[in-house]
Amino acid sequence: MNTNVVFMGYTRSDLTNLVVVLALALLVIPLTVESDYWYASILIPWLCLALAAVGQQIVMGYAGQLALGAAGFMAAGAFACFNLILRVPYMPFPVALALSGLIAAAFGVLFGLPSLRVRGIYLMVATLASQFFIVWMIDKFGWFKNYDTSGIITAQDIVIFGKTFTTPLEMYLVVVVVVAVLTIFAVNMTRGSTGRSWMAVRDMDIAAESMGISLLRTKLQAFAISAFFCGVAGALFAFTYLKSLEPVAFDIKLSFKILFMVILGGLGTISGAFIGAAFILLFPVVLNSLGNNVFHGAIDATIISAAEQVVFGVLIIVFMIYEPLGMAKLWENVKQRFNFKRAPTAALSKTQAT
Amino acid sequence: MVEARRFPIGEPILEVKNISLRFGGVRAITDTSFNVFRHEIRAIIGPNGAGKSSLLNCINGIYKPQEGTIALNGEVLDKISPNIVARKGLSRTFQNLALFKRMSVLDNILVGRKLHMSANFLSVALRLPEAVREERENRAKCEEIVEFLEISHIRDTPVGRLPYGLQKKVELGRALATEADILLLDEPMAGMNVEEKRDMCRFILKVNDEFGTTMVLIEHDMGVVMDISDNVVVLDYGKVIGDGPPDEVRADRAVIDAYLGVAHD
Repeated sequence: MNTNVVFMGYTRSDLTNLVVVLALALLVIPLTVESDYWYASILIPWLCLALAAVGQQIVMGYAGQLALGAAGFMAAGAFACFNLILRVPYMPFPVALALSGLIAAAFGVLFGLPSLRVRGIYLMVATLASQFFIVWMIDKFGWFKNYDTSGIITAQDIVIFGKTFTTPLEMYLVVVVVVAVLTIFAVNMTRGSTGRSWMAVRDMDIAAESMGISLLRTKLQAFAISAFFCGVAGALFAFTYLKSLEPVAFDIKLSFKILFMVILGGLGTISGAFIGAAFILLFPVVLNSLGNNVFHGAIDATIISAAEQVVFGVLIIVFMIYEPLGMAKLWENVKQRFNFKRAPTAALSKTQAT
Repeated sequence: MVEARRFPIGEPILEVKNISLRFGGVRAITDTSFNVFRHEIRAIIGPNGAGKSSLLNCINGIYKPQEGTIALNGEVLDKISPNIVARKGLSRTFQNLALFKRMSVLDNILVGRKLHMSANFLSVALRLPEAVREERENRAKCEEIVEFLEISHIRDTPVGRLPYGLQKKVELGRALATEADILLLDEPMAGMNVEEKRDMCRFILKVNDEFGTTMVLIEHDMGVVMDISDNVVVLDYGKVIGDGPPDEVRADRAVIDAYLGVAHD
């Protein structure tokens, strides 16, 4: 493990993975995918929600705090970004994005406070407050929506260094860069002392405290960083996918969706957030087209869409029973099986991967 | 221990004075006082329910005794919580294993280095040079501990998958990683076989000898207690009924009556 560290604590395989993923995201996809539908309806929402899922992963999968209210922090980030660009002259988009994350992080600390007293399912109920309070606040006070009465506000253009990003491909590139940078940060934290403190609190809080970890600081830190990720994700979601701002877009259904992404993807893995987001987003699309193509309208469309939900629910239950560690674990098993055939020792020493 | 000790027993490092702990109407500890001296190995013995673990939990700051004071390195700990006590140089293991189950052996031990690592989350996220250096140095330190405890072969295994004896070793490793002045070991050998016990004794003696770490351990195996401890405190019904070198305690009438029972031989 220590012997093959080549650069900044990364191993050779870490760097290979990074280069492959970045090449895929920044070169292969932009050069090969031409359909706007793919960018606007699949890749952009997938990356935005995956980023929010990374945030949920940090607080739930790593720090072990059962929080439910990611969409609330996303709303905070989205409306913060809107208001910063609206009210602060010459506000550059990247700065507005970062500040929106920080504003969401402040809410994260506030709504993380119950974690110091309650845990488990009770904490989940307590953190629902973020969901309801933030969305209610934005709805209630007209200032946040710039006194718009229509209920839907158009998001401003994304301008970075004088260049306006309008086409789906351009927006995709903005999203990819932001998500890539933040994901690298998340991986670094989870592999470093920060992440170890989170996991220690998750696995055995009393022992963590006895090792000198302050539960107060560690929990609130996890909530803040998680909310930062959700806030940035919410702003990106509103500005690049919805292209509008409406509080109802960030309802509790979205919070649950993000929760499922993390659980299905695999708790305690960053890759799980991406896999889970892809699954939750793409599965209905796949089922829908499957239904249409197989039955060719023989069955009523409403029945198909209802069946979709049933199949989806059943799959989640089956999945939770047979692979509670999520899809990231499934993928890990597949990889290990292949490794095992080639080099048994390598597979044994790779008992865990992020 | 035939030759002279590298770290001779010194002044009191931990002073427990008139501690009383009640849970509602139940008196767990009543007016208990004793001193632990620097560099010694101190055993706490007593029948089940005598208040041994409660006592460790008071010292460590998990329980707050209603009366009495605890002083560490001459400093009275008044607002105590486990993480503050850890900062003052005290670490511990737990009776029922309190490991981070989903983390690897090495990561568990690395958590013990927490107080030696000061990089904040931003420098960790950005992998600033200081954070990378700190991580590398502390990892090397933990590799040494893993080597010392002879558990290198399982360093990357999640501890939840390990057998009990090995988990106990990992927990000792985590406590050692803190480089605390004083270690509290709550039944470090419970549930171990003879061989594992012998290993554990060897490690405890070796740590005490090499680093001068003061050890306070709760143990039921009288053979072990008599062999490795310099002094023994005997608790019964939350009260100290004996305090002194093993031989003296073993001969004490009150101790025999309460705990050792009537001699069979």
